[in-house]
Amino acid sequence: MNRSVATPLMLASPGAVLFAGLVIVPLVLTLILSFLAYDHGTGIKDSWTLAHYMHVLSDSYYLGIFWRTLRLAALTTLICALIGAPEAYILSRMRSPWRSVFLLVIIGPLLVSVVVRAFGWSMLLGSTGLVNAALAAVGLGPVRLLYTETAIVIALVHVMLPFMVIPVWTALQKLDPMVEAAAWTLGASRFSALRRVVMPQVSMGLLSGSLIVFGLSASAFAIPGLLGGRRLKMAATLVYDEYMHELNWPLGAAIAILVLVANLVIMLAYNRAVEARARRMLG
Amino acid sequence: MGFLTLEGVSKVYGGLAAVRDVDLAVARGEFVSLLGPSGCGKTTTLQMIAGLVEPTAGRIGLDGRDITREKPNRRGLGVVFQSYALFPHMTVAENVAFGLEMRKVPRAERDRRVAEMLALVHLANLAERYPRQLSGGQRQRVAIARALVIAPPVLLLDEPLSNLDAKLREEMQFELRRIQRSVGTTTIMVTHDQAEALSISDRVVVMEAGRMTQIDAPYRLYEQPATAFISTFVGKMNRLAGVWGDGGVAVAGTVLASAPADVAAGTAVTAWIRPEKLHLRPMGEGRLAGRVASRFFLGGHWLLTVGTEAGDILVSVPNTGEEPAREGEPIGLDWEPASLRVEAGAGAAA
Repeated sequence: MNRSVATPLMLASPGAVLFAGLVIVPLVLTLILSFLAYDHGTGIKDSWTLAHYMHVLSDSYYLGIFWRTLRLAALTTLICALIGAPEAYILSRMRSPWRSVFLLVIIGPLLVSVVVRAFGWSMLLGSTGLVNAALAAVGLGPVRLLYTETAIVIALVHVMLPFMVIPVWTALQKLDPMVEAAAWTLGASRFSALRRVVMPQVSMGLLSGSLIVFGLSASAFAIPGLLGGRRLKMAATLVYDEYMHELNWPLGAAIAILVLVANLVIMLAYNRAVEARARRMLG
Repeated sequence: MGFLTLEGVSKVYGGLAAVRDVDLAVARGEFVSLLGPSGCGKTTTLQMIAGLVEPTAGRIGLDGRDITREKPNRRGLGVVFQSYALFPHMTVAENVAFGLEMRKVPRAERDRRVAEMLALVHLANLAERYPRQLSGGQRQRVAIARALVIAPPVLLLDEPLSNLDAKLREEMQFELRRIQRSVGTTTIMVTHDQAEALSISDRVVVMEAGRMTQIDAPYRLYEQPATAFISTFVGKMNRLAGVWGDGGVAVAGTVLASAPADVAAGTAVTAWIRPEKLHLRPMGEGRLAGRVASRFFLGGHWLLTVGTEAGDILVSVPNTGEEPAREGEPIGLDWEPASLRVEAGAGAAA
């Protein structure tokens, strides 16, 4: 091997070793584990089987959890887009001192651990929490919020919002503010200017933000774990339970692999759409 | 009365007046330039006409209608922005069609008018391109086509040529004038380039620190600048400080001209003269003696700096095929008495 061929390989090797060690090897081990037979009495056995996959895919209990995971992740993404896009637009139109202040307000929550924020929400949403106390004060009686899907979505939106606001804001930053003014002078109302001129140009930011929010929401662990309670499981908490409570590692591994594949398929399809759009817009 | 009128228009930003008490009447079909250095309020004035900035005081009228508080999308004026502000996600044709679409013009007529307008700006073959695939000059023409296709009563141009290189800028000046003539749209252009303002406008409005200080035809503006600032901002100008004494204005002891009658003897005066109004004479002749300090060849003419008792004087000599005096050569300077302007006062530095 001559020098010119060796140099790039050498330069790439630290990253390759890190990637292989931290991503490839655990994934391959999990994949192997998911095909191993399991017995409740004796534990993991040395024979191959597809039983775990068959079991998961034929049991409405597991399918229900998968469906809930997709549904809540999609709902979180939608709500984040509906709140995050206007938020980013307002942020980009702010003047210099306020813009930095509010950007900090938006990013600030990222500095607090997700677990702490989940406990915060469980205090707010509990049966005697602030939200229910306020509802009771106006005569709407106690509402069951904690350990419901509503609680999970509220907390997920709160945690995921910065991941939506920042890509949209970045896209808006690249926009010439005069482009919107140009649309007005050509007869467009504020709303048509937003819809026809501003939105198409920030759609790239919105789409990439959605990709991040969806991926993180579908694999969220702490929030469904703490706000969904023992009964209301999502994919990540289900895997955790199979490993830590049922001790059925191969079944847990099979679920993890299925969730990974589902997530990959959805996100790659979505990414293809985003890239096709980018090619059309940016050439 | 004017087609587009500004009466006492002012704009104050947080206690700071960007535009102060501006009055202007533009006739139908006229091409008027707002000329001034950056920060003089010319762009703010244009944006107030466009409706993008609301005036603090005053009234803006269009064809007898008060449009002072009207929203920009209701005014129907064509605006070409300095950055062109084209819609990057739309093709050239879609960009031009946008204003017609907003006016709900039927598809067939829209296509016809877009095609006509693209032909007028010589872009018919680039209709399906995106703005990023165009050169600066082409983008500028798309911006003009987009603004003109809605048949606006007034076309507003904000430094339309400043992003182009010198050669292209000159070509586009002619192009702009040609398009404006063929469509006949009343046009207001903001520029900081005096040559551009002089060459394509019917009238030039000079703005200084938020005020309009002179509104005149380009030739009159050049020949009879109203303020010291205008005389140096528009074209080149020699400024000589002197004293009014017996028999006329003396600069460094030499009598140069007779003084205006209303000036008392012994007061300080300033004499102004354009470089091209000075003529070279052999040494010993003419009104002022000097020595050539430097000489620049500019193609069409030579620009000489002549050191005299009255200070350094710029002299522009037309290129007639013969070389004028060389550096270091002593010469005389002469001029027509009428081309020397004399004003009382030390002549505030511009």
